Amino acid sequence: MSNARLAGLQRGSVAVVGAAESDLGQVAQGTHPMDLMAQATMRALEDCGLTLKDVDGLFVAATQVRMGPMAFAEYLRIKPTYFDGTIIGGSSFMTHVAHAQAALQLGLCNVAVIAYGSTQRSVSRAAASPRDFNPFESPYRPFMPSTAYAMAAARHMHQYGTTREQLAEVAVSARKWALMNPKAWEKEPLTIEQVLNARMVCYPLTVRDCCLVLDGGGAIVMVRADRAKSLKQKPVYVLGTGESLSHANISSMPDFTVSAAVESGKQAYAMAGMKPADMDMLSLYDAFTITPILFLEDLGFCPKGEGGRFVEGGTIAPGGKLAVNTSGGGLSYCHPGMYGLLVMIEAIRQVRGECGQRQVKNCDVSLAQGNGGVLSSECTVIFGSEATV
Amino acid sequence: MSSLMEKSPLGVFQAHLAKGELAYQVCLDDNKPFFYPRAVAPATGSENIEWRVSKGLGTVYTTTAIHYKGEPPLNVAMIDLDEGFRMMSRVEDIDAMQVKIGMRVKFRVHPGDDKQAPYPVFTPAVTSTGDAK
Repeated sequence: MSNARLAGLQRGSVAVVGAAESDLGQVAQGTHPMDLMAQATMRALEDCGLTLKDVDGLFVAATQVRMGPMAFAEYLRIKPTYFDGTIIGGSSFMTHVAHAQAALQLGLCNVAVIAYGSTQRSVSRAAASPRDFNPFESPYRPFMPSTAYAMAAARHMHQYGTTREQLAEVAVSARKWALMNPKAWEKEPLTIEQVLNARMVCYPLTVRDCCLVLDGGGAIVMVRADRAKSLKQKPVYVLGTGESLSHANISSMPDFTVSAAVESGKQAYAMAGMKPADMDMLSLYDAFTITPILFLEDLGFCPKGEGGRFVEGGTIAPGGKLAVNTSGGGLSYCHPGMYGLLVMIEAIRQVRGECGQRQVKNCDVSLAQGNGGVLSSECTVIFGSEATV
Repeated sequence: MSSLMEKSPLGVFQAHLAKGELAYQVCLDDNKPFFYPRAVAPATGSENIEWRVSKGLGTVYTTTAIHYKGEPPLNVAMIDLDEGFRMMSRVEDIDAMQVKIGMRVKFRVHPGDDKQAPYPVFTPAVTSTGDAK
């Protein structure tokens, strides 16, 4: 599979030149998800010095806008020559990066915008992300997606001796990073005891093992590498991408302790010609505390089963040996339903070197891991600075 | 299963359930069992599919207890049936938090209600010596 990707996509052929969040947190009543998409899009265009008239590639996925590219093109009143509305959950946007790269390389578009927006805090999660009826799951009233991730965590604990304290360590590390991010929702410190004693959602996950439920959005702008150099910001090159689908419903996940990030990671490393040790920081989709543990294993930062022990003692916290989720992550910074675009924006900013107090020193290469559904779709993007191409 | 005009995969499954049976399918091209019921076998694409009735014995692969507000904890578990297929279900007759991975369980039919068709659930399996295995 990775060979097919290598045949088509060229390392460093495109770059992210603009990146921005919309307003985050709880927005004014009546705000439409596309208001947030549009706000983020204009901020991302301003970031790189391009205008709406330049945009001819449009990539949109949102749970509240069923036919994203069509609706957002109408909103912006633009006529993109290339568009893609692939929606596979929170990793949709990593997929959009790979698809935008293909379209840019082929000349099907010249300026690609990837945008997302959600008002799930304002309208409720149930209203923002209604779930399909499944006659083989719905009768059991699973509280999705939490129930699926709880069952993955329970299996990991059973099979590898992972503890609730180790899961909590992921949340505590994220909170420490969040305290250095002015845009983060959470402003107070968090302890392991507080995570363990918080309201239980689905055993073994308490509400502090689960991501925030907030409004928000984001956008990034991509162009071919030759054009990137003349724009306002330091280009952040796409060195590698990987995309993998495992299942849609948790009942069909082959092994609850192994995610498809094994495959997406392999593809991305192969395309980038890099290995885990080459990554300067990681942005790992943390919808639940179990997910970064799985991704650290599946992306090769520790052996299978060792993720819980790996994060103990502040390994992924500020000052630890591996910088992970420096924004504060979905657990403490912002999680607007499908969080993948914000996962990438932090990885892009770290390579640009604009993260202030939380900036990782000499960050030339970052890895963004998207996750969609219930550990269903896994997509990886490796970003690099000018020095890496 | 060459026609979907008279019977659907879900319809056949539910007809078995109405007789107290847990039915599953096997692809006769690769001899692999699969679940949920389908019109076409996964991976092979074959329509050479046989319905079989499970003995109804399985093992808890993983489990959780959902804490819905104002309700006792609700169990949701993944059950590996002895015939080699996996399904989501609920283990009943036991506290939700006492359902353990590796526990042997036995199928029974939950009757459902006016909104929900009957569906399969499980209870802890007890061996002839009285020990839960």
